Amino acid sequence: MHNQEEEKIFLDKIDKEIKIEPKDWMPEQYRKTLIRQISQHAHSEIVGMLPEANWITRAPSLRRKATLIAKVQDEAGHGLYLYSAAETMNISRDEMIEQLHSGKAKYSSIFNYPTLSWADMGAIGWLVDGAAIMNQVPLCRCSYGPYARAMIRICKEESFHQRQGFEILLTLSKGSEAQKQMAQDSINRWWWPSIMMFGPNDDASPHSKQSMAWKIKRFSNDELRQKFIDVCAEQVKILGLTLPDEKLKWNEERKHYDFGEINWEEFWNVVNGNGPCNKERLAARVKAHEDGAWVREAAAAHAKKNPRPLKGRLATV
Amino acid sequence: MNELINYTLQLADNSLILGHRNSEWTGHGPILEQDIAISNIVLDLIGQARNFYQYAAVLINNSTNQQFNQSTTEDTLAYLRNENEFKNCLLVEQPNGDWAKTILRQFFFSAYQFYLYQHLQNSNDETIAAIAEKSLKEVTYHLRWSSEWIIRLGDGTEESNSRMQKAIDDLWMYTDEFFEASSYELFAANEGFGAGVSLLKKDWMKKVKDVFDEATLSVPAELKQQIKWFGKEGKHSEHLGYILTEMQFLQREYPNSIW
Repeated sequence: MHNQEEEKIFLDKIDKEIKIEPKDWMPEQYRKTLIRQISQHAHSEIVGMLPEANWITRAPSLRRKATLIAKVQDEAGHGLYLYSAAETMNISRDEMIEQLHSGKAKYSSIFNYPTLSWADMGAIGWLVDGAAIMNQVPLCRCSYGPYARAMIRICKEESFHQRQGFEILLTLSKGSEAQKQMAQDSINRWWWPSIMMFGPNDDASPHSKQSMAWKIKRFSNDELRQKFIDVCAEQVKILGLTLPDEKLKWNEERKHYDFGEINWEEFWNVVNGNGPCNKERLAARVKAHEDGAWVREAAAAHAKKNPRPLKGRLATV
Repeated sequence: MNELINYTLQLADNSLILGHRNSEWTGHGPILEQDIAISNIVLDLIGQARNFYQYAAVLINNSTNQQFNQSTTEDTLAYLRNENEFKNCLLVEQPNGDWAKTILRQFFFSAYQFYLYQHLQNSNDETIAAIAEKSLKEVTYHLRWSSEWIIRLGDGTEESNSRMQKAIDDLWMYTDEFFEASSYELFAANEGFGAGVSLLKKDWMKKVKDVFDEATLSVPAELKQQIKWFGKEGKHSEHLGYILTEMQFLQREYPNSIW
């Protein structure tokens, strides 16, 4: 078959909303775009475990401790599905991890901000997971089958995390004055970085147009950001707290909230490695990987010596 | 009644403190799949702790005059007791070290819990029996998982074998505490709600020996008589103070708050 014919079949499928599967022909740029996006997403899940894991040992009740651990564990699970989805495009998990550690692959910049109080567990759930869901729900309809299917499961868990986060803030907002302040301070710190999660404005987003044509992406950055702001501006009222934007105001004509100017200089600074925790986050991942090297080698050596799986031989336990 | 409360608290404290230690791995595990596995074990252990604390809270609330006392809950027990009131054994509060040490600590403890809970399933205290029965399913998995890792690491590479052997040298001395009964454990065994811990030693040793054999690791010689310095009697290592300082800080800093 000529490439042109293959490309026609590919575009036809995209047009008819038929999923592209791993063995189908696809343009090289489609494959590259998806590897970049899915691996970046997987890395975000894994690096994203760190800021929340930071509060596991200090969680204020046994119930909160258990749900926080379960949440961080869910993120590890999301990382696994996503690495697996990316592996269907002929790249190994090891290669992707190598790209993360060398700085070649990115992860969501939001995780380069520190978690400074217990309320941050609430704000991350409500705002960070909330923004992630806005981005990710349309990905359940992404043209690439394995990615779309992974996203369906991830979105279900993420929406649970978001409710959990909101509930943490709600509890604090009904608590003592000190707890209310803790919640407000946390929202003040996480709000702007959260709305930056949707990426640059549409006219400054280099990959968007082609991704929309290939139905990897369904909505523009600015559309999703606006939707998120509209939702949060209402939800924050339930908390009796405020979003730190003086220009936030309902615009009757647009039927949307107007909002203030995003500090894109900060955004690009953090993307380029100069956020408060970029170095620590990457160092923590590299350390876990390097400290684990002997464990992985031992497991591989043992498996080579003993082709029979251990499970069968320990049946008495 | 005090003995039943203390016995229940000991079961809870062991699970909580080991869960706490293991949870320090979450996000930092050597392999993503194992990060998930150890976090699962943490969730089981914290679940067990909560069941036992909730029961202890009921016993305490029933035995004191509620008009004058703030009601006891699972959280007041976990977050507002001091070091010398915690009854966990010394083993579970030891630092994680490397993956070999964490695995070995889990294996020693899970093997102990496995035989202990088999007895406790038949406790004449219905609540203890029910929690033990439910937890035994989890513990069976913890024991299998940690046994598999002991074997992999012992019979893996030269480095992993020597790391395992080092872990054994570090932790072996803490295993005797399992089988030395405290006063409330003796009482519990006599009354039939607890297990005679000295009787568990034979099965435990056999399990350790079997797994170590397969892992090409050697079992250390019988311990010489040590001084009796036991966490189960409220005498801890220096590590527990730091664990509690970290764990309890929000509850201590903002008393009487709802989280």
